[in-house]
Amino acid sequence: MNWKSEWKTLSWIVAIFLIFFYLPIDSLRLRGAVIEALALTNWYAREHVVLCLVPAFFIAGAIAAFVSQASVMKYLGAKANKALSYGVASISGTILAVCSCTVLPLFAGIYRMGAGLGPATAFLYSGPAINVLAIILTARVLGIELGIARAAGAIIFSVVIGLSMHLIFRREETQKVNARIAMPEGEVTRPLWQNAAYLAAMVAILVFANWGKPDDMTSAWYSVYSYKWIITGLASIGLGAMLIFWFNISGIPVILTGLATAVFALIFPHIPLLAFSAGVIGLSLILSRRGDESGEWFSQTWSFARQILPLLFGGVLVAGLLLGRPGGEGLIPSQWIVRWVGGNSLESNLFASVVGAFMYFATLTEIPILQGLIGNGMGKGPALALLLAGPALSLPNMLVIRSIMGTQKTFVFVLLVIIMATITGYIFGRFF
Amino acid sequence: MKIIKVLGPGCPKCEELMKRTELAVRELMIDCSVEKIADIRQITDYGVMMTPALVIDGEVKVSGRIPSLEDLKKLLG
Repeated sequence: MNWKSEWKTLSWIVAIFLIFFYLPIDSLRLRGAVIEALALTNWYAREHVVLCLVPAFFIAGAIAAFVSQASVMKYLGAKANKALSYGVASISGTILAVCSCTVLPLFAGIYRMGAGLGPATAFLYSGPAINVLAIILTARVLGIELGIARAAGAIIFSVVIGLSMHLIFRREETQKVNARIAMPEGEVTRPLWQNAAYLAAMVAILVFANWGKPDDMTSAWYSVYSYKWIITGLASIGLGAMLIFWFNISGIPVILTGLATAVFALIFPHIPLLAFSAGVIGLSLILSRRGDESGEWFSQTWSFARQILPLLFGGVLVAGLLLGRPGGEGLIPSQWIVRWVGGNSLESNLFASVVGAFMYFATLTEIPILQGLIGNGMGKGPALALLLAGPALSLPNMLVIRSIMGTQKTFVFVLLVIIMATITGYIFGRFF
Repeated sequence: MKIIKVLGPGCPKCEELMKRTELAVRELMIDCSVEKIADIRQITDYGVMMTPALVIDGEVKVSGRIPSLEDLKKLLG
């Protein structure tokens, strides 16, 4: 046996063996935690997959396939207007950084070839927090105010951090690479407003299909709620029409899909999941057979789903095992969580930021983990602090950042992120 | 001989592009070398900001997406 190549595998096997050998199988806490993990995953599968994650994947896929990334990058190039480049860097994560692994090359590119240190760090901070999937899932699972606070906080503070980095290191001349930004541009086939309308139709489907039932029966929100499936249906018809007229998809399969959806909606009006699934399956069948840009849309959608779903469900299982459902308890006792990150003291916000900054979260898994923490007594302020510091930084990506911009700048950046996340969390916790 | 480089820091999308490129090369049976580049500094030296990217003979052909197998064959052929 070759020890050099096999020792890793061997130590994994030994570690897993030891865990199962000494597993306290009769312990009530362990049994409760396993049930909690399964229950939490069950809740995700029922509540979040069909109506929320699936349309979100289609939206993310459409952004990747149809929105020209080159048009954004020109605002982050070396000759870009400096003030504008901060603004663009802080919001462009919405369309550029759907997957966390694209953030680092973009950061390196903006820093070494483009607008420089300030905009690059602004992008690095906000990018992972404001991609569409993260915003949608945060708002859906953790509540709309945390979702909005996460996006707004990330955008505002990324500019502050970027400017601070620029001012602190303004004397240093970075050795720029003499490479031009290579961005092979696809041909533009459709005017911008058509792309916007088509994204808007999908966002409308997502928003109205997930419209929650308000407590107050007389409010305007309630009348929206009672018509939500009609509005969703109208948006879907609009989407179908756009597919036929703008995307050159033949009408018959689209109309057949619409009819199938309508039939399910009429036969099972109280199980909207069935009609919605019929629509999604029909759309997927139509798109997946095409070789043109709509086929590209579907293959992008599918690659997001394939990449993110296993991570997310693994994350949900682990979060359920360690923390339990909201109100329940997993392996970690609730009082520990209350002691460390309960309430909204400056210390608990700081603790949440530091832990978030060093811990690695796979794409979107920060959401079930936070849900478990909040359910066990974590305050809303520290939750936001963790959301702001967490996905932007982790120990592995600090090492990569260091190799790009050096130890000193990395240290200052990490410090700024922790301070900003702590302050934002503290302020948010005071109001909510 | 063509020199093909697949640029990407090691995310699933880059692995996918690597797999597809190797498949395309095998199906076309062309004489070439395929290399994976994961170092971010080297990636930016090519001017690439969106990974995964495909470089053929020093020229960036694809950036920020995974082309289909047919597209890859067209690029390589």
